[in-house]
Amino acid sequence: MSNNVKKHYDVIVIGGGITGAGTARDCAMRGLSVLLVERYDFTYGATGRNHGLLHSGARYAVTDGESAAECIKENMTLRKIARHCVDETEGLFITLPEDDLHYQDTFVEACHKAGINAEAIDPAEARRMEPAVNPTLIGAVKVPDASIDPFRLTTANVVDARLHGADTLTYHEVVELLVEQNRCVGVKLRNNHNGEMSEVHADLTINAAGIWGHLVAKQAGITVNMFPAKGALLIFGHRVNNMVINRCRKPANADILVPDDTVCVIGTTSDRVPFEECDHMKVTPEEVDILMREGEKLAPSLATTRILRAYAGVRPLVASDDDPSGRSISRGIVCLDHESRDGMAGFITITGGKMMTYRMMAEEATDLACKKLGIDKKCETATTPLPGSEPRNDEQYKTYSYAQKAAEGRHGTLTSEIKSGDNEDDALVCECEEVTVGEVKYAINQLHVHNLINLRRRTRVGMGTCQGELCACRAACVLGKESGDTAKSGADLASFINERWKGMQPVAWGDTLNEAQLTATIYQGLCGLNKFVDKKEVEK
Amino acid sequence: MANETQLSSISANNFEQCLKCSICTVYCPVAAVNPKYPGPKQSGPDGARYRLKNPAFFDEALKMCLNCKRCEVACPNDVRIGDIIQKARIDYSTHKPSLRDTMLANTDFVGTMANIVAPVTNFALGLPITKSVLHSVMSIDKHRSFPKYSSTKFETWFKRNALKEQDAFKKHVSYFHGCYVNYNFPKLGQDLVKVMNAVGYGVHLLEKEKCCGVALISNGLIGQAKRQAQLNTDSIRKSVADDKRPVLTTSSTCTFTMRDEYPHLLGVDNADVRDGLTLATRFLFRLVDEGKIKLAFRPDYKLRVAYHTACHMQKMGWAIYSTELLKMIPGVEFTMLESQCCGIAGTYGFKRENYETSQAIGSSLFDNIKRVNPDVVATDCETCKWQIEMSTGYQVMNPISIIADALDVEKTIELNK
Repeated sequence: MSNNVKKHYDVIVIGGGITGAGTARDCAMRGLSVLLVERYDFTYGATGRNHGLLHSGARYAVTDGESAAECIKENMTLRKIARHCVDETEGLFITLPEDDLHYQDTFVEACHKAGINAEAIDPAEARRMEPAVNPTLIGAVKVPDASIDPFRLTTANVVDARLHGADTLTYHEVVELLVEQNRCVGVKLRNNHNGEMSEVHADLTINAAGIWGHLVAKQAGITVNMFPAKGALLIFGHRVNNMVINRCRKPANADILVPDDTVCVIGTTSDRVPFEECDHMKVTPEEVDILMREGEKLAPSLATTRILRAYAGVRPLVASDDDPSGRSISRGIVCLDHESRDGMAGFITITGGKMMTYRMMAEEATDLACKKLGIDKKCETATTPLPGSEPRNDEQYKTYSYAQKAAEGRHGTLTSEIKSGDNEDDALVCECEEVTVGEVKYAINQLHVHNLINLRRRTRVGMGTCQGELCACRAACVLGKESGDTAKSGADLASFINERWKGMQPVAWGDTLNEAQLTATIYQGLCGLNKFVDKKEVEK
Repeated sequence: MANETQLSSISANNFEQCLKCSICTVYCPVAAVNPKYPGPKQSGPDGARYRLKNPAFFDEALKMCLNCKRCEVACPNDVRIGDIIQKARIDYSTHKPSLRDTMLANTDFVGTMANIVAPVTNFALGLPITKSVLHSVMSIDKHRSFPKYSSTKFETWFKRNALKEQDAFKKHVSYFHGCYVNYNFPKLGQDLVKVMNAVGYGVHLLEKEKCCGVALISNGLIGQAKRQAQLNTDSIRKSVADDKRPVLTTSSTCTFTMRDEYPHLLGVDNADVRDGLTLATRFLFRLVDEGKIKLAFRPDYKLRVAYHTACHMQKMGWAIYSTELLKMIPGVEFTMLESQCCGIAGTYGFKRENYETSQAIGSSLFDNIKRVNPDVVATDCETCKWQIEMSTGYQVMNPISIIADALDVEKTIELNK
């Protein structure tokens, strides 16, 4: 374990998703000493496997007014505090000939009730605003949807937590909650890189482990009924649409198309899966089929657009009743005080909610933590911009190179910390996503990068059209040089290429198959990379 | 439907067919000599995604592209990289064409003016003081010499000397002469008339003809380019569809622009007449190959010729027609030069900021020519001619002129009666 981790903290936060990162930030900003632990990498779970949609709340307005109201409030907040993670695209809810147009009135009314500025517009106006939309639409409502990058958002929260004194450990898994006389006093950790065990103590332990939270709670003999609802999504090769497109009907399969950075994403399906599957998500041919068939109804050009990959995540829903799809379960926030609920002091679970209501979840958990620790300090996360989200200096932006502009979209004002101006730093590692050597070095040295998959989540290396074909070996080279450890480079490269293939495999036809074939020829045929493949190694 | 389309798929978006192999960048003449140019892959298919995300990602460095299309020739997956780059310049560039760019691009207008006072123009353009003023004020590089302007336009010569004989032929073609033949070098047009008449074809001017617009496109004058493209296409259509006369050219760039750039970049549909527009050497070779015409050459004609493949000839894949025709001349000792860009790219090389890049691109070609040491260099492109003549001192001729010189006219007429 890292030497600078202390023996005792006020709070240990379990889970390096957006909820854990946001909670660590909030706790640290209120002056608590914090340790954030994550068993693999930040955003490994549902945080890194969703739509990247900054809901207006409209989707839940009719069925779940409480979640809808939370969404619109946080939507407005995140536009301010997470500027560089948000793309203010706005959104449309469209009614197609096969849908009931009467639903539109119910929908608009429910939106207004939740405080969402929903405005019914003429279908012709909708076609003008978003040329990619299905031209046969018979109704359209404009709502303040946007897109948000969960990787950036999590990274920014982690960076800020650290700036406020928090410590963070990735690849450290909680294998035991330390309990003394009905009080949780800390955690036993296993270093997932070398198997080393250690103990850290804390006055309070906050369980923010998402769908895996029930396993953490079980270590203290506590039951939290989770409902693992799998959602599959497809990533398309470029932005077909510049506004979020939703179906104006009760939430169903594949009815949201989100423009995310250089791509667009159609999703999702929703199916209950056994807990064992949560660590080994696979997208099935049936899911791909549904996503394509329904997606095409939102934007017909999806039918002829290259699909880059498929992926799936598990919503950490809290079970309430028997619902096979999980669609009717509230997306509301669940904060459990296990002292009052189960007689286990020093232990809190924060779960439910949505990626985009993470700040509210963090606030609720931190309020409870402060109350228990006797700290009287107000939450400031709703008004304090995240690092990188300070207002952009437009004069400076104008002088930025093409690659620096792309980096600004990822790191916001922190782009100024990325080295540039010499031939090496300005050279591109990833040409599809415009990631320079300087940016890769910055991520390696500042953003907790241990391997290529970590690097991808911090910078978009390997997320573009070629899915790692050109950038993977360049990135491995920079990573090996910066870390001084090249012994693992071959295995790291092999696992990165395999992880990219995993997402391409369900959609491997046409150009994507050609691309994969070329990648295989380069890495397997030319470089003999298959000799490095570690069969036991799973994507982390 | 989604299933079917995706399963048979290649993406309908040409830029998405790029497999990122980067072969285009290897073949890019600019990327090889100028590290500031991002290269065809990045400027084309990679940049297209970013520009769709936000037009602010348009990079003015794209103007460094020569539009030579060698990237497209190199691409194993049929990505129209050069088109993507040029289209991005058309759609996103906010850069307004300067006075210099406008003048260089308006070959018709400048040509007409210059013809009127040709001796004065030629004299003035050759003066060191003029070159120095053009260099500093207009940013036209001082090393460049403007092609000499002729005092008689080709059209004028044709109407005075050739027109009335043409109707007597049994077979007919139209001739798109282009600006260079009309204003600078009517001799090439005269050579074409001589050859075509000898093999039994009457030659006619198009009803109307304007500059093909290649320089307008590369200098960002798109509105004017579209108007001229429409006018030329209408004239070509009249000749090809109504009068059943194929349209011949003697410039590879004009041909390529009118056949492919019109539909790809300017949105001018020419699908119905595109096949009727062809380079004269291709037209002649096919007739010879099919046994429909015969050529007879002077036995005393001797010439050592080195052929340079212009970029747009490479793109069209037509160099073989010109070279095979030249090889039919018994007295020609033929050398094929390695296909590479000469660096001029139309008006590109005339611009002061591009001079060094332009010469660096062409340098190995120039060395190659000097090594071969031919009597003349042959090429189908007039701007290559200026560049090679300026940079090597060797005379450059269009294959049609070489054929005209070598042709035994009497005997050829006899053979084709």
